[in-house]
Amino acid sequence: MSLEGLYQEIILDHYKAPRNRGSVENPDIDIFESNPLCGDEIRIQAKLDGRTIQDIRFEGKGCSISLASASMMTEALKGHAHDHAHKYIDGIKAMMHGEDKLNDEELGDMEALKGVADFPARVKCALLAWTTLEKALNDRAARKG
Amino acid sequence: MRFDAAGLRKEFPILSREFDGKRLVYLDNPATTQKPRAVIDAVSRFYEHSNANVHRGAYRLAEESTAAYEGAREKVRGFLNAASVEEIIFTRGATESINLVAYAWGRKHVAEGDEIVLTEMEHHSNLVPWQLLAQEKKAVLRFVPVENDGTIDVTRAAALITPRTRLVSMTQVSNVLGTINPVRRIAELARERGALLLVDGAQSVPHMAVDVRDIGCDFFVLSGHKMLAPTGIGALYVRKAVLETMPPFHGGGDMIRQVFLDHATWNDLPWKFEAGTPNFADAVGLAAAIDFLSAVGLDALQEHERALTGYAIGRLGEMAGVTLYGPRDVALRGGVVSFNVEGVHPHDLATILDRESAVAIRAGHHCAQPLMKRLNVAATARAGFYLYNVEEDIDRLVEGIHKAEEIFKT
Repeated sequence: MSLEGLYQEIILDHYKAPRNRGSVENPDIDIFESNPLCGDEIRIQAKLDGRTIQDIRFEGKGCSISLASASMMTEALKGHAHDHAHKYIDGIKAMMHGEDKLNDEELGDMEALKGVADFPARVKCALLAWTTLEKALNDRAARKG
Repeated sequence: MRFDAAGLRKEFPILSREFDGKRLVYLDNPATTQKPRAVIDAVSRFYEHSNANVHRGAYRLAEESTAAYEGAREKVRGFLNAASVEEIIFTRGATESINLVAYAWGRKHVAEGDEIVLTEMEHHSNLVPWQLLAQEKKAVLRFVPVENDGTIDVTRAAALITPRTRLVSMTQVSNVLGTINPVRRIAELARERGALLLVDGAQSVPHMAVDVRDIGCDFFVLSGHKMLAPTGIGALYVRKAVLETMPPFHGGGDMIRQVFLDHATWNDLPWKFEAGTPNFADAVGLAAAIDFLSAVGLDALQEHERALTGYAIGRLGEMAGVTLYGPRDVALRGGVVSFNVEGVHPHDLATILDRESAVAIRAGHHCAQPLMKRLNVAATARAGFYLYNVEEDIDRLVEGIHKAEEIFKT
């Protein structure tokens, strides 16, 4: 896979103009994670309404892949239910192994992340936001018993 | 005579590799160096010809392997100009060497309220072992600040080294900034105040002539794999008067004299500090690496790297979007150049350099997170040079940076 497959216009667009960047007031989810390999950092905050993710925003320092992925994630999950988040988390993880669990319509912009599967050193970058959110959701579920 | 880097490169089988038809340009030398045929052959020959456990066999093969292992120790002693082979302990590398000192020397000699002076530019390996010791002993860590030009100020260091200081531990060459620290002057300061000095030589001894007695340090650590030798072999120098006060590090075979059910007595120096079967095969590789470096000549090598560093700083410095870290004066630095390209994260840069130009560089925090905070960056890109690098490698680096800027242009 070529560099063009990795650095598609849509990725660069999300990197340069990230969606939903910032913080949420009185967040129900507030999690900070860093990638020990590279020092990249992400903070995800979300406001929940029942089982719906009413608002979700992120802040972070990182490469184009990790920030674009975070930006796309917030777009895909805002206004949707928890289950939707888990479906996407599984789908994006599978995508990194070259597996198609989500269809093109479900993927939208995130189809551009498919190219990352050919760059094993960068898979962690693409997954940072997703695994961080997954941890927050699991922690919250565990707390609620 | 001109330094024949292109000729030396031919001695390194891996450097003939190509990616997408392009010759590999390897610039991740501060992480690990490539191995010349002579080192690879020395290790293979040892396994094919001389392999047996050392120090105990009563047969000729074991005598041969013991002689090879102890010969390697003598080689390291000579390379560092230590007074005696009793002062040279083989370890897995610089990290284990520092942990040995923190454990065996530190636990005996550092008490509550004592101070250990480090710098803000240390690799995690020369920071975390002291944090562990300080937590256990309620000792205090003090840090010599890194100045804006990437150096440390001896006057500020002098103010931090006091009669409470038990140890000063610092790198001789920064793995991020390339800064060469004034360890000889620091050794004097430490001595005046009754403190000991550990010098982390992981990034210095592969690239410049080092004399531990001239520096006047009490401990000196190195990693073989950063100086053409195999991974998993390194060394620790400890001045004999200090080593004689230290209890063992690991317990086990080879480090003992007599063992009873309830206690044991210790072997002579340096074997008291080498428990278990040592990594003798790679020690033989380290000896071959030292022979290789000695034949090249450390002064000529340092001059070569200085010229490359100057060329790199010049080429990168004229690029509008590039920020360079570390001293601008090449006389004050080794062959490590850290930089950032505006609008391009170091990881993206590293990926593009690899895929577009077959140039291998490092991107990240370089195991120096506190230094990254001091520089106010999350990460940097890093190119480090060695005896097989040529100016064309830097041209390829610059070309790749242009390509990255093109991809990320706004």
